[in-house]
Amino acid sequence: MTVTVYVPRDSAAKSVGADEIAAAIAEDPRVRLIRNGSRGMLWLEPLVEVVTPEGRIGYGPVAPEDVEGLFAVGFLDGADHRLRLGPVDQLEWLASQTRVTFARVGVVDPLSTEDYVAHGGMAGLHKALSMTQEEVIAEVTESGLRGRGGAGFPTGIKWKTVLDAQSPLKFVCCNADEGDSGTFADRMLMEGDPFTLIEGMTIAAYAVGATEGYIYVRSEYPDAVSVLRQAIELAYARGWLGDDILGSGLTFDLAVRVGAGAYICGEETSMLESLEGKRGVIRAKPPIPALHGLFGKPTIVNNVLSLGSVPMILADGAKAFAAYGVGRSRGTQVFQLAGNIARGGIVETAFGVTLGDLVNHYGGGSRSGRPVRAVQVGGPLGAYLPVSQFDLPMDYEAFAAAGAMVGHGGVVVFDDTVDMAKQARFAMEFCAVESCGKCTPCRIGSVRGVEVIDKIIAGRNRSENLVLLDDLCDLMTDGSLCAMGGLTPMPVRSAVKHFPEDFNKLPTEGFSILEATQSLEAGR
Amino acid sequence: MALLQENVEEVVRGAVEAHRDDRGALLPILHDIQEKLGYIDATVVPILAKELNLSRADVHGVVTFYHDFRKNPAGATTVRICRAEACQSVGAERLTELVKSRLGVDFGQTTPDGGVTLEQVFCFGNCALGPAVQVGEKLYGRMDADRLAGVLEAGR
Repeated sequence: MTVTVYVPRDSAAKSVGADEIAAAIAEDPRVRLIRNGSRGMLWLEPLVEVVTPEGRIGYGPVAPEDVEGLFAVGFLDGADHRLRLGPVDQLEWLASQTRVTFARVGVVDPLSTEDYVAHGGMAGLHKALSMTQEEVIAEVTESGLRGRGGAGFPTGIKWKTVLDAQSPLKFVCCNADEGDSGTFADRMLMEGDPFTLIEGMTIAAYAVGATEGYIYVRSEYPDAVSVLRQAIELAYARGWLGDDILGSGLTFDLAVRVGAGAYICGEETSMLESLEGKRGVIRAKPPIPALHGLFGKPTIVNNVLSLGSVPMILADGAKAFAAYGVGRSRGTQVFQLAGNIARGGIVETAFGVTLGDLVNHYGGGSRSGRPVRAVQVGGPLGAYLPVSQFDLPMDYEAFAAAGAMVGHGGVVVFDDTVDMAKQARFAMEFCAVESCGKCTPCRIGSVRGVEVIDKIIAGRNRSENLVLLDDLCDLMTDGSLCAMGGLTPMPVRSAVKHFPEDFNKLPTEGFSILEATQSLEAGR
Repeated sequence: MALLQENVEEVVRGAVEAHRDDRGALLPILHDIQEKLGYIDATVVPILAKELNLSRADVHGVVTFYHDFRKNPAGATTVRICRAEACQSVGAERLTELVKSRLGVDFGQTTPDGGVTLEQVFCFGNCALGPAVQVGEKLYGRMDADRLAGVLEAGR
């Protein structure tokens, strides 16, 4: 009798021992081991699943020393054990979500084309190839899909621009330089269901008439690079890439490119420069990449999750996707719960879920057990929000109105030990380290930002320096060429606005005209 | 550790040849060279510039722009600590201070015995299981100073 056992190969699961568990379990001759992606319940990793007549029974989090005991009680038959979680599909955390983009992640063998097709893969591409290019783009436009990388630009409009551009050579570039702290959904999709991305990019290529594509993956994600490269090879072997795809006459070649440790290359024009073999310095827009992109050719640049949503939109229709969500935020978003959180992981659900629901209901509050104090949403350039804003719905417009951004859907939780003045300082420090250097407000402004926050923390002419910081933030917001310098003020200002007490810990020094002058001189 | 000039030239030419048909191949070429040599030796720049018909300044500019490319050889083991917000919220800064004082080096430095190079990273995408630390090729979640010391000891 052979029993199928799943142990994730996801790098988060591996970081807490999944490889060791898999090796120990595979020693038993009865076991057929499959390395799946992660279900996204990261606090339960390594999560081992056993296929039984009752369904896939989960055990987790499993430590290497638990394996012997699991065999002893007969976990291959789904037997009871203190780590037994029951049928994984029925766990409330998972069952209450709407898994669309992540429907197959953790369920299938990421590198099995058979598994992919058996779970609905390639239906979107087949459908697309039966339609005209304009019809495919209309479907994507009607779905209301907006760029999941953070900017939220309507995907269909971008595609239409590339389709209408006249050029014998066009590109599709997937931006997989997921550098924001608190975001890992792109990584998990690439590691857990790479064919979805490949299929989405192929549909995009067909829709706009592109023949070549690149997935730009950051070097911090070696597992994603390796899985994608294997998946691309398998896709070529199945006729899903290359010439005459699925007998349709479509040609599309796809390759993975690895970054070299530069946060700014997550910005689309920097990414294009890097793909061209140059320093990842941003380009001024216009011209937009849709018209003048990679090597000057019309180029689609989309995020992993945007492209990963496309197969479902084509397979099930625009209406099914648009039925989820609120206002102009349609479909589902893959929220990522991270930081000091009890139950961190992936929550895919329709837009409109509240921030508090994500942090408290799904996340279970802080990991440390202390009160939650601040939450940063949307990456290092996103705002810090206090608990009093937990009723905010996850909706691009509602967040913008509150001086924050949904961004990439990353939610990083901090408990009451956090020092928000230090976090504001870090935002400027990060910008100083990672700025590409092309524009002065970002390159110099961030350095001055660190200095002025240091003075505020030290209590030197605090009120004058807070005014100076505000002015600097205005300048960076208005004068920077891209979102790096333009959005760094967001975490800084939100920290000052919502947590002013942290900027006021030391008594302010007595007012002295001489010192005020010196400090202003130094700040110039 | 001095590299033989013939060796460097051979590695550079091999990397260029391997990516001859790639568009904008400089990054993949530099990755290949660093994988073989362990770092981008200063003598690589003029050879590569000539092979690719670029100016030395162009190649130098690319090598120095990206954090991944080293100018000097690394220690036997590279320890990379994530300093991004999610890891900070669960004590990455404290862990960093402890590791720095135990190893006696700052970020970007190698211990005098050549054993460990310490580096900072902003995000491995392991934000729900921080603090995240990479030792060599292997990523560890929920890291603390004692466990890290154990991992380093086991690796010796």
